[in-house]
Amino acid sequence: MDRLRLATVWLGGCSGCHMSFLDLDEWLLELAARVELVYSPIVDHKVYPDNVDLCLIEGAVANHDNLELVHRIRERTRVLVSFGDCAVSGNVTAMRNPLRKTEPVLKRAYLELADVSPRIPAEPGIVPTLLDRVAAVHEIVPVEYYLPGCPPPAERIRTLLSQLVEGREPRLNGGLIKPG
Amino acid sequence: MAAKTLTIDGQMVGAAEDQTILEAARDAGIHIPTLCHLEGVQDVGACRLCLVEVTGINKLLPACVTKVTEGWEVRTSSERLQRYRRMVLELLFAERNHVCAVCVANGHCELQNLAVSLGMDHVRFDYQHPRLDVDLSHRLFGMDHNRCVLCTRCVRTCWYIEGAGTLNVAGRGEKSKIITDLNAPWGDSTTCTSCGKCVMACPTGALFYRGVTVAEMERDRGHLEYIVTAREKKQWIV
Amino acid sequence: MVLEELVQIKEQELASRKKFTLRCCLAAGCVSSNAQAVKDALDRAVKEAGLEKEVEVRGVGCMRLCCEGPLVAVDPAEVLFEKVAPADCDALVATLKGVPSQLKRGDLTAPFFKHQLSIVLENCGLVDPDRIESYIAADGYLALRNVLREMTPQEVVQLVTRSGLRGRGGAGYPTGLKWATVAKTTSSRKFVICNADEGDPGAFMDRSVLESDPHRVIEGMIIAAYAVGADQGFIYVRAEYPLAIQRLQTAIRQAKQYGLLGSGVFESPFNFNIEIRIGAGAFVCGEETALMASIEGRRGQPRPRPPFPAESGLWGHPTLINNVETFANIPPIALKGAEWFAGIGTERSKGTKVFALAGKITNTGLIEVPMGTPLRTIVEEMGGGAPEGGQIKAVQTGGPSGGCIPASQLDTPVDYESLAKLGSIMGSGGMIVMDQTTNMVDVARFFMEFCMDESCGKCVPCRAGTVQMHHLLRKVMDRKATSRDLAKLEELCDMVKNTSLCGLGQTAPNPVLSTLRYFRNEYLELLQPAPKQPAAVAPATGIF
Repeated sequence: MDRLRLATVWLGGCSGCHMSFLDLDEWLLELAARVELVYSPIVDHKVYPDNVDLCLIEGAVANHDNLELVHRIRERTRVLVSFGDCAVSGNVTAMRNPLRKTEPVLKRAYLELADVSPRIPAEPGIVPTLLDRVAAVHEIVPVEYYLPGCPPPAERIRTLLSQLVEGREPRLNGGLIKPG
Repeated sequence: MAAKTLTIDGQMVGAAEDQTILEAARDAGIHIPTLCHLEGVQDVGACRLCLVEVTGINKLLPACVTKVTEGWEVRTSSERLQRYRRMVLELLFAERNHVCAVCVANGHCELQNLAVSLGMDHVRFDYQHPRLDVDLSHRLFGMDHNRCVLCTRCVRTCWYIEGAGTLNVAGRGEKSKIITDLNAPWGDSTTCTSCGKCVMACPTGALFYRGVTVAEMERDRGHLEYIVTAREKKQWIV
Repeated sequence: MVLEELVQIKEQELASRKKFTLRCCLAAGCVSSNAQAVKDALDRAVKEAGLEKEVEVRGVGCMRLCCEGPLVAVDPAEVLFEKVAPADCDALVATLKGVPSQLKRGDLTAPFFKHQLSIVLENCGLVDPDRIESYIAADGYLALRNVLREMTPQEVVQLVTRSGLRGRGGAGYPTGLKWATVAKTTSSRKFVICNADEGDPGAFMDRSVLESDPHRVIEGMIIAAYAVGADQGFIYVRAEYPLAIQRLQTAIRQAKQYGLLGSGVFESPFNFNIEIRIGAGAFVCGEETALMASIEGRRGQPRPRPPFPAESGLWGHPTLINNVETFANIPPIALKGAEWFAGIGTERSKGTKVFALAGKITNTGLIEVPMGTPLRTIVEEMGGGAPEGGQIKAVQTGGPSGGCIPASQLDTPVDYESLAKLGSIMGSGGMIVMDQTTNMVDVARFFMEFCMDESCGKCVPCRAGTVQMHHLLRKVMDRKATSRDLAKLEELCDMVKNTSLCGLGQTAPNPVLSTLRYFRNEYLELLQPAPKQPAAVAPATGIF
């Protein structure tokens, strides 16, 4: 059997979910034997490839780059997993949504709280512009499975992935879907 | 008092005639999920989580306010009921800003626990993200409207257990809001006795002791029931 | 008050009638198009023409054809002047002397008038709502006298039961059964409530009855109170109806002065008082348990039933709640008998129904027709169809709790069962006509917005579910929704309908469900394609 083509992406989140993924420790070796990691913040691939079997998406859709990427991911991936609370619900990333606009957030962060040279970053093509409303991944594209948690503990990731790589319909219940 | 016999989830259950389906089920070890129900204060049937099916009755009935009837066949967890319950939770999570990761009640929250036990792993409805305040004017307690599910457990506790009548609901529909006195800051309330019973009653992180941080807000859930039992039945059972 | 006095008042009133009567509508519709100035101008014109001895100018209630107001009717010539301006009044008065005029005259033989059968509205437009004598002259309070003097309470309940009258507030619960339930309770106190919290968009039936013939409603309430054994009544009327409130206050005061309310009604041992309670604008207070909470001075929110008000209502006492139109039906039933009433209408829906015609229709106004009248007769013949050659597309009945009936179903007779079968409801009588320019998704969105704003917020499905349904409908309107969103909308409709605490939430999805049923294409045309994704693999082979 060909190895499963696995991707992990990091959108608007703190990378804590990926840290938790790395907490899988030696199980990562077992996983590596069964999957080919074709795209991830921890490998050096610039472009999201075609024909991906499984993608774990960390983070919420917070800027235009995220938005474009998530559509590309959906087009090229058979199974998407919302990986962690930000992907599942927006979580902390979406806490700016009640303000409705990006301006007050940027002002607060880059002007009012700046120690030196206060300036709102604006580099078209380099710094992606923020969306007015942060969205959970499934608010943008259909998602197959959800792995809540902030971050989801490694054990939880392992339960999901071991079922998925064996081609089984994953069953997550009880404490395994606890948000927060 | 006359006894009634009925079946709940196929199990024969005996109950006193003034018992509700919820009480009869609990006595028989059958769990029906609830949120607005709180032992010790009167029920309002508002959260709709405890709706059950009864053979021969078209409507779903709230177990917390429906008295048992002889011969009823009650079902508490059909596929349809489970689906409706999950939707109630989805609606609640989408309605306000429930950010478990940074909530004082994380790990001790009835809403969070319900999401887990009812299998709600994501919310299909768009989050409304309303802009809501946190009232930190009281010297002991805080009120975070972002986490409020409007179950009114605090209001009923304030009126019927403490008898202070400080808390109430203002506005209607999605703009409903728990207020203190006539919508004055809590700290300015002239009626609040600072008894803290409302904080004990709150199922989520909406009411909390000042000074607690993420995941620290634990409550003594049995305390209100203890007070009411002591008061009404003269039984001091800890 | 005794019978002789009643007869005397009637005779005096009739004797004082002049050769001509100019009836000028002073109900809210005409008043809003300056009818009060018309009435004043008529008074002045009559005076200036020196006709005071021959002409009475009477302020009356609704004369039905609201779109042509201000309306002035002339007795005994049986002429209806339309769109009367104060400046027209000299010419109008001159017509009494045979001077021809160019004033716009209504055709009283037109289908709009011809097909009407007035029972509830029989005095509307004839009596002066501010004068009890005017009502008494139309045999007002005679039914009450006969009931109190000649019938036992039980017999009154049986009379109403035999008449087949069903509640006109919307649900159509048999009135006699409701009365019997309250009558059979044993309680030291009982209450009668008149629900005048009419709040459906486009509905103005109850408003017109209260403004035009308040004594009729009061008489119905007193008879009901006698039948069920209540000694205190409340009329719960919304603050948005100031004219109705003012006329009710006047009517109650007058009825008290004549000994028709208070201690010893008609010098019998029966006591009954009526107080007015003014609603603060919440639609949900039309729901009976919320209405009672509001009367008690609490937050107007529904509570789960049972217990029903008939068993435990106001302050825990048995309470009879009927709507304005239901009470207005009682005096004629008591006067003319249950069999007369039961002879009108259909097998299961007796009597007449008042509808407020509004929307894309030529003749807007108030109509009263026998139950079972086909919708087509109402909207095409009486209503005159869509204006400016438009095509009627749908008729909305029942307000935010009702549904949209497509033009293809216009031959449906108007009765409780037939409308329910089409996914709508009789409702209280609002009838909004839509033409080909109406977007049905937007109609559903409008009603959902109404329910969302009016949800009391107590139960989760209604409070949060209406918000999400409205959000999804807006998304469809903005062409941003996919078939997934439509599926979610339908799932929410099912959930909110089946899980909400009170009627508001339980019926809030109806406008969506009925437009989905008959106009699904309009939704589908607005949908966006779903995002592209690789084909799914059959689950049997594993997910990869």
